[in-house]
Amino acid sequence: MNTLYKNISLYFHYISIVLRSVMQYKTSFFLTVAGRFLVSFNGILGVYFIFARFHQVRNYGLGEVFLCYAVIQMDFALAECFAGGFLRFPGMIRRGEFDRILLRPCSAVLQILGSQFEISRIGLIIQAVLMFGYGMAVSPIAWTPGRVAAVVLMLLGGTLLFSAVFMLEAAVSFFTLEGLEAANILTYGAQEHGKYPIDIYGGRMMKICTYMIPYTLIQYYPLQYLLGRTQRWYYGLYPLGVVLFLTVCVGVWRLGMHNYQSAGS
Amino acid sequence: MITMEHVYKSYRVAKRNAGMKEACKALLRRETQTVQALSDISFAIADGEMVGYIGPNGAGKSSTIKILSGILTPDSGSCLIDGRVPWKDRREHVRQIGVVFGQRSQLWWDVPVLDSFELLKDIYSISQYDYQHNLEELTQLLHLQELLKIPVRQLSLGQRMRCELAASLLHSPRVLFLDEPTIGLDAVSKLAVREFIQRLNAAHKTTVILTTHDMQDIEALTKRIILIGKGRVLLDGTLEDMCLLAGKPQSEESRFGTKKHESMAFRQNADKTEAEDDTASENDLDRIVASLYQKLEIL
Amino acid sequence: MKANGNSLRKYFSFFRMRFQMGLQYRAAAAGGCVTQFLWGIMECLAFRAFYEADESAFPMAFSSVVAYVWLREAFFALFTTWNTDNELFDSVINGNIAYELCRPLSVYRMWFARTAGNRLANAALRCVPILFAAFLLPEPFRMTLPVNVQSMLLFIITMFLGAGVTVAFCMFVYLLAFFTISPQGLRMVFTAMVQFLSGAIIPLSFMPDSVRRVLELLPFAGMFNVPLRIYSGDLVGAKMLRAIGMQIFWLVLLTACGKLLCRAAERRIVVQGG
Repeated sequence: MNTLYKNISLYFHYISIVLRSVMQYKTSFFLTVAGRFLVSFNGILGVYFIFARFHQVRNYGLGEVFLCYAVIQMDFALAECFAGGFLRFPGMIRRGEFDRILLRPCSAVLQILGSQFEISRIGLIIQAVLMFGYGMAVSPIAWTPGRVAAVVLMLLGGTLLFSAVFMLEAAVSFFTLEGLEAANILTYGAQEHGKYPIDIYGGRMMKICTYMIPYTLIQYYPLQYLLGRTQRWYYGLYPLGVVLFLTVCVGVWRLGMHNYQSAGS
Repeated sequence: MITMEHVYKSYRVAKRNAGMKEACKALLRRETQTVQALSDISFAIADGEMVGYIGPNGAGKSSTIKILSGILTPDSGSCLIDGRVPWKDRREHVRQIGVVFGQRSQLWWDVPVLDSFELLKDIYSISQYDYQHNLEELTQLLHLQELLKIPVRQLSLGQRMRCELAASLLHSPRVLFLDEPTIGLDAVSKLAVREFIQRLNAAHKTTVILTTHDMQDIEALTKRIILIGKGRVLLDGTLEDMCLLAGKPQSEESRFGTKKHESMAFRQNADKTEAEDDTASENDLDRIVASLYQKLEIL
Repeated sequence: MKANGNSLRKYFSFFRMRFQMGLQYRAAAAGGCVTQFLWGIMECLAFRAFYEADESAFPMAFSSVVAYVWLREAFFALFTTWNTDNELFDSVINGNIAYELCRPLSVYRMWFARTAGNRLANAALRCVPILFAAFLLPEPFRMTLPVNVQSMLLFIITMFLGAGVTVAFCMFVYLLAFFTISPQGLRMVFTAMVQFLSGAIIPLSFMPDSVRRVLELLPFAGMFNVPLRIYSGDLVGAKMLRAIGMQIFWLVLLTACGKLLCRAAERRIVVQGG
């Protein structure tokens, strides 16, 4: 218990340093906020224009797609905010900074998480909240405690899932620094294409996104429950399954650490 | 007490050749080769000793430091520092060591030095009492008073190196690894760093392992030298032993050879603060080391 | 005339150097291919869903959209404004640019050649496997050949024009580094803007008509929108000629303005002493 408390306070100490550093470059910070905001605003505008032409896809209207999109965007922004250190990890390895992490008597993961806190994603989060509000207003959802809980679980599970994918990507960079670009499809690709409920991409994609990387657990299934399209209330609990995936990612990470120490850089 | 016995380490690296044709060829097939970084390295270092670990670029210096500091696992051989295997009890081990890389920084670039120190206090779980005590001592010895409030990126290299030294010593390590600590520093800063290391060793009996290309560092700080080349220990002895191993310099350099003996004798008798003599002895030592390294190439 | 040929050769050697360097990143290219290919599949699947939702609202033939998607993925490295050459930004920030100014070369041409070399190498490595895989896909996602030889030729010509417009625009972003302390932040804002305006989020043809008409007047429409639509026969006749005219117009204007900006930047460096 004592070490847990110590680690948490150490994490906050790290974050406070990161925030103080960011505030040294205010112009850069605000431009990044603006840039990120614009990027995702363009995505929303794109969906809006598409729906101006088609009105619905697989019986999802604009409001329902916005709900789905808002949750995914929020998941991704929160994961980038808290676990963004993993995204910079290949660079840390390349520059030899990971050696310094190993020279310190605390958890490597804690140091990596603490090396980055993307406060600039705040714009995205606000945008996602607004989008969610709009989606809620246009699509008739009968709110029950269970549905509220499902939304919370979608957010928690989704943030955890994206963080786990970031960690997996970082773990791969222990073995090779080449070809990491391919991992983008799992992170940015999932964020981009996850704006539509996964069933519009067809059955095969549903299977891939359930059994390989479990995106449907935090998107399609709880969404069905949220929109009242299923009697299966337990779909709302599916985001909990992400823990299983996280376990696998932690395993790969450990393997990578071991490899780094024996192969050198 | 540090012991290394029969340590071996090898890496696999990719070959890359120049030219358009080679670039296209590499698209299809890339050759790798195994490089033996360390073969059969053995030595023992007693507590409180200061040792210079030298050798040409690529001799295996940094691989050794990485193994000693627990970052790297060797292929075979054993290594014990105060009874611990570095790579097995990594967290416990690194609590007892300090490492300074002259080419890299461990401080947080955009915040004042003191903020970095405060974070290190939490990282190493240093008690308030010890922290205060060590900080005061280090601030005084390294003249950090004016620097503590300044963001690291605004410090000069010499100022930063002094802060790096302090950062590595806040947790009172028993062993200090210095990897080229004086690289790129001006004369004043070099002297300050050397003087500090000497005092540290005298006051706290900290074991110091120093890798450097600056022979003056070696001359000023260490009685014992471990010379490695191509991953092997070639010499474990004193500076004089090394000069002997280098043998008589080649004929065209004999002029400097005689000068060498003069200046070495001079060094033992008088103090050597005068810049001219310093430069002369630096040149001589560099020549000795250079001819030694050339010999190693042939071996 | 001979002097001119010589000076062009200098820039060509920059181009060739970057091209070779680009070829070395084999694994990065393989990774990029996989990403691009999967991205293309997702796009095609989404378009199919919308096609099934309302066929009549679809602005072009489905096979044209498929060809558009595959060509965009295949030549992504050529047209994207995401991947900028960070060494160029760094050289301005850390002062290495001073060396380049000492050379008897035009910074603008040198950077232009370098950027173009990078992009062509990346695209050359990636387009073949992606297109190959796309031709093997089952209907209706299979890549199609161009409708005729003429449109193939026009596609190649306009693709080079489009790449020119893209590089000329990137040069603007690089040159901004001279005038701001935060080039990366500005880069992000610009990139975000270009993404939308060039039709990378949704193809220009899918936008509401009023929006589309405005966007077609901007340089961004000439980046990949024009060549990709010519390939699938979606852009023909007078409209096509007008679009090519716009491409040339913007290429000339952007390079001219870029050179002026570059001259101002150099003067700034000299005055400030780097």
